[in-house]
Amino acid sequence: MSASIETRDTVEALAADKYKYGFTTDIAMEEFPKGLNEDIVRLISAKKNEPEWLLAWRLKAFTLWQKLEEPVWAHIKHPPIVYNELYYYAAPSGPAPKSLDEVDPELLNMYEKLGIPLSERAALAGVAVDAVFDSVSVATTFRETLAKSGVIFCPISEAVREHPELVRKYLGSVVPIGDNFFAALNSAVFSDGSFVYIPKGVRCPMELSTYFRINARNTGQFERTLIIAEEGASVSYLEGCTAPQRDENQLHAAVVELVALDDAKIKYSTVQNWYPGDADGKGGIYNFVTKRGACRGRNSKISWTQVETGSAITWKYPSCVLQGDGSVGEFYSVALTHNHQQADTGTKMIHIGKNTTSTIISKGISAGHSNNTYRGLVKILPQASGARNYTQCDSLLIGDQCGAHTVPYIESRNASAKVEHEATTSKIAEDQLFYCRSRGLSEEDAVGLIVNGFCKDVLKELPMEFAVEAQKLLAVSLEGSVG
Amino acid sequence: MLEIKNLSARIGDKEILRGVTLSVPDGEIHAIMGPNGAGKSTLSYVLSGRDGYEVTGGEAIYNGQDILALTPEARAAAGIFLAFQYPVELPGVGNANFMRTALNAVKRARGEAELDAVAFLKLARAALKKLSMQDDMLKRNVNVGFSGGEKKRNEVLQMALLQPGLAILDETDSGLDIDALKIVAEGVNALRSETFSALVITHYQRLLDYIVPDKVHVLAAGKIVRSGGPELALELEARGYAGLEAA
Ligand SMILES: Nc1ncnc2c1ncn2[C@@H]1O[C@H](COP(=O)(O)OP(=O)(O)OP(=O)(O)O)[C@@H](O)[C@H]1O
Ligand SMILES: [Mg+2]
Repeated sequence: MSASIETRDTVEALAADKYKYGFTTDIAMEEFPKGLNEDIVRLISAKKNEPEWLLAWRLKAFTLWQKLEEPVWAHIKHPPIVYNELYYYAAPSGPAPKSLDEVDPELLNMYEKLGIPLSERAALAGVAVDAVFDSVSVATTFRETLAKSGVIFCPISEAVREHPELVRKYLGSVVPIGDNFFAALNSAVFSDGSFVYIPKGVRCPMELSTYFRINARNTGQFERTLIIAEEGASVSYLEGCTAPQRDENQLHAAVVELVALDDAKIKYSTVQNWYPGDADGKGGIYNFVTKRGACRGRNSKISWTQVETGSAITWKYPSCVLQGDGSVGEFYSVALTHNHQQADTGTKMIHIGKNTTSTIISKGISAGHSNNTYRGLVKILPQASGARNYTQCDSLLIGDQCGAHTVPYIESRNASAKVEHEATTSKIAEDQLFYCRSRGLSEEDAVGLIVNGFCKDVLKELPMEFAVEAQKLLAVSLEGSVG
Repeated sequence: MLEIKNLSARIGDKEILRGVTLSVPDGEIHAIMGPNGAGKSTLSYVLSGRDGYEVTGGEAIYNGQDILALTPEARAAAGIFLAFQYPVELPGVGNANFMRTALNAVKRARGEAELDAVAFLKLARAALKKLSMQDDMLKRNVNVGFSGGEKKRNEVLQMALLQPGLAILDETDSGLDIDALKIVAEGVNALRSETFSALVITHYQRLLDYIVPDKVHVLAAGKIVRSGGPELALELEARGYAGLEAA
């Protein structure tokens, strides 16, 4: 029918310019020689004036990394990554800016264009932002406001200098340097990232947010985030990510560590929109990330919420180690893949303390030729009496060229534990699409609406300011998936 | 003005509509009756553009425009509305959000100003009140967990908000209690104007006591086999469809 051909044409026209963050920023950069060896590790450390202990830590990680193998168990495929062809450090040249006034206007412009105004006047109300550009943090807003309540929010490179005792105590304590191939790589070459410390009893007065941007060509981004919530403290933290549209694949291997002490709460939200590659699967970010939170204290709580729409490949399992009695772990995830994207994502909930509870809600949406895998582990140790887990994994398929896979591992070694798992796979029903269209919605909008409905249980966990953005992102990411 | 001429359609290789001819002038309401499986819902789907229905002949012109060439959403923008015989559930999609998205899509297509959330809510609350519906209907997910009658009323609510020029109501009266029937009828009558027309598909003469049609047509085995005034409905009520198919 001619009508449906027309729709397809419009849809294709839309798809061509769907990644609106694909521009590059022209700015003088300082890059180290490409390749990875001990000298590069030393150079990165020296560039940041790091103390001896941290250099030793990096070198140990580098040695470990050389012995480790890239993991092969994930349901993903890619040509081998040649680690010696990558650049491991890129930063705007010149001395580091001391305040916002010193930040290159070209950079401020770029963040403005991304919708992240860094001037405090224009900033999102109630959100403090740390902006990480390639390898370094370029600006952190609202630091003084936060300092008044004792909250530390700064680039991790600065924390190493200003709060070495905290960094030394916690860095690598949740994700050990040799944890896995990508974590070891990150530990050896991490350049910057955010550091957050919430003192005892403090409820962080504003939403904290880090905005990651890869700009330089052939450069890996290896950021490192460390968040510590002391006894009774609470914080909500959000990260967003984008990258220019490039034909080569770019590597992003981050490590995030969270520590929650007695009664502390950490809510960590991610809206991941790295460049996904083009419609034929060319280019895009390889997103190989290790995220883990330790609920060390009694009744502490760590909640991960992620909306993953970008990257050519996502390999990511934000996890909770529930050590403290009565501690709570949550994982709310939307992973959307389209065209030739591949996602293998999920979580690990390790129940160690008594009466620990975990909730996993995963929504996978696959369209085009993409592959989307949920992989999750629920492990109950013998001493974790009264542990509870509830897992719900729903997959939604759009078209018949894509794949959805659910790989749950459950290991319960305590008879009093209760583990529940539910899984569904569905397609967007023709009658739902027609119902919406008969009311005037375009096919694209109808899909967007239905997908957002499917993801509602996860989206409602996002901070208000970002939920709307995430909804739009889901709709935009699916453009060209029907018709 | 809706003009259907010799319209034939099939699903797969099953011929369902076999030359339907019918015209509904502006300002008129026509009832369509007929036995189960006659093709009434099929006609409503073909007119609103559902995929899977292949038009094999004839035409359908609404206000001078060949609607069969349009996408379903373009037909909605042109003013055509279908109240579904079986309204569809949309899990996780809030009713208010759905209706505002729909209304704004139609307004955009017509070059009219869109409504913000506050203005929409005001409009929706007023429409709810007229239909004696509870405010919480706006917060619930579209048709999810609605009773049969609530689903039908929700269709009429959408119609009231979208203000169509041509409404096709497919058994909107089925499953309604007598009070709801009157409310739904009032909803349709409220839209009556020089520029509004409707096709009301029903099995029961009772609805036509409240929505008095200008004409009644009988669809049997994919064809209009008889047309008449409101009295035809009374006759059918008394005698059934026996003998009509052969006509
Ligand atoms: N998807 C389909 N595939 C095959 N046959 C179909 C399909 N949809 C409808 N039909 C057939 O088309 C014929 C007409 O169906 P339709 O739903 O239009 O009838 P109707 O007049 O609305 O009936 P009722 O009064 O029971 O609602 C029926 O024989 C039905 O079985
Ligand atoms: Mg029917």
